[in-house]
Amino acid sequence: MSFNNLDQLYRSVIMDHYKKPRNKGTIDDDGKLTVNMNNPTCGDRIDLHMKVEDGKITDAKFLGEGCSISIASASMMTEAIKGLTVEEALHMARIFSDMVLGKDYHAEGIDLGDIEALSGVTKFPARIKCATLPWKAMEKGFAQEKWNEED
Amino acid sequence: MDIETIREQFPILHQEVNGAPLVYLDNGATSQKPKAVIEAMERYYKEYNSNIHRGVHTLGTLATDAYEGAREKVRRFINAGSTEEVIFTRGTTTALNTVAYSYGRANLKEGDEVVITPMEHHANLIPWQQACKATGATLKYIPLQSDGTIDLDDVRKTVTPRTKIVAMAHASNVLGTINPVKEVAKIAHENGAVMVVDGAQSAPHMKIDVRDLDCDFYAFSSHKMAGPTGIGVLYGKKALLENMEPFETGGEMIDFVDLYDSTWKELPWKFEAGTMPIAEAVGLASAIDFLTEVGLENIHVHETELARYALELLSDIDGIEIYGPMENRVGIVTFNLKGVHAHDLSTILDTMGIAVRAGHHCCQPLMRWLGVSATARASFYLYNTKAEVEKLADGIRKAKEYFGDVL
Repeated sequence: MSFNNLDQLYRSVIMDHYKKPRNKGTIDDDGKLTVNMNNPTCGDRIDLHMKVEDGKITDAKFLGEGCSISIASASMMTEAIKGLTVEEALHMARIFSDMVLGKDYHAEGIDLGDIEALSGVTKFPARIKCATLPWKAMEKGFAQEKWNEED
Repeated sequence: MDIETIREQFPILHQEVNGAPLVYLDNGATSQKPKAVIEAMERYYKEYNSNIHRGVHTLGTLATDAYEGAREKVRRFINAGSTEEVIFTRGTTTALNTVAYSYGRANLKEGDEVVITPMEHHANLIPWQQACKATGATLKYIPLQSDGTIDLDDVRKTVTPRTKIVAMAHASNVLGTINPVKEVAKIAHENGAVMVVDGAQSAPHMKIDVRDLDCDFYAFSSHKMAGPTGIGVLYGKKALLENMEPFETGGEMIDFVDLYDSTWKELPWKFEAGTMPIAEAVGLASAIDFLTEVGLENIHVHETELARYALELLSDIDGIEIYGPMENRVGIVTFNLKGVHAHDLSTILDTMGIAVRAGHHCCQPLMRWLGVSATARASFYLYNTKAEVEKLADGIRKAKEYFGDVL
């Protein structure tokens, strides 16, 4: 029995985010963007709050229930997207998706930081959805917002 | 009951997963298939594949005989009075939806009640939610005791003369609870209601006698009882089925078709529209032969022993929480380990070749009742061994150590 792959999945930086999630909470501001997303197959759930000013994400927080991978991913994502423009954050979501699906990804000029530690999930296909849940929530949030503006 | 001889019949069990011998403990989701079932289906396709109940050629007759022979085997398996009361469906879900639509929606009206429990699988919950929404009937729940059982006094309080349908799992797919469906059926009947039983987790594991239970409808799936996916059974009392409209219409289920009206075939074919899963019926018949030869009583005793052993070993693990009653249960053990999410636990067990289910098990209301978002579940079948239960307990301990280290 080998825990090698497990060690790639549960890297210490991931466990640190799981144990001490950053940006856990809510944004109390009327102008915030709120997204709720579930993974209906497993019961994981995230409430993502984002504040966007002049096209830039100035704050991001989340509440949720889930496994180590989904909580760590949400913690890392909310850290990473703060200060980015909406376009940059969506670009990062695409890079993230490619990374966890095991595809070639090009992150030139983008600081993935801790996020790269989640690449170990490629060896565990059943867990990819855990990692992408918060990112899908962000994408859904911005798609909603766009729709509302056009409306 | 010699487990090694039984294990030899299941080719899939003899492999390594992630470098360790497979320990398959996800039988509540689906069971593995013995050689006899796989070969019976292969023989059907190689030797007599043909459509049933139409044409007059030889292969058609062979296929029809096999399909109707399977129905007779099911009848005997559950001790139904007649094959007219045995309807083949896609599975338990379709069987329960058939009752909810063809009986429920046709007979419910505003002021009526449907009574279920919070431990129902979504398949025995959402069809009733929808039927109540469509008809204005009220959906009511029998409360659960703290150990995940129901009390017959609560059943008597919840079921009233306004109740038209009582629907309940025979065995819970999460808690393992065996519900007293025979006694509940009696209470339902005293109030003029019909009794619908979800047998998905009971028919594979214990002797079922629908006439002794005196339930009005009983639903179960082939794939959880060593048979193939894609076929299940709805048992219904003839007098009820005769007065129900078909759930699906189309080919095969008709008697006479005119431009503006049609009439239906007699039971059970009235409820079997289109080409049915014939190879799957052949496979199910073979699974019934297999289970009958081992003996459902033996299977039940064996699984109860495994569950008791698992409860004993798992209870010893620090930080574990086990859900459901300690007695009168099927071979399902659901648990959580403090500080380790069920997905993480399942992933770590998988690296040791141990397959368990993690998630909400299609029971979201029950998860909320338990106050958790997900649980891990080990579910046993006739081929599981005490040594595998020990591996599970060891695996959980290792997962706990591993997570303790990385955290």
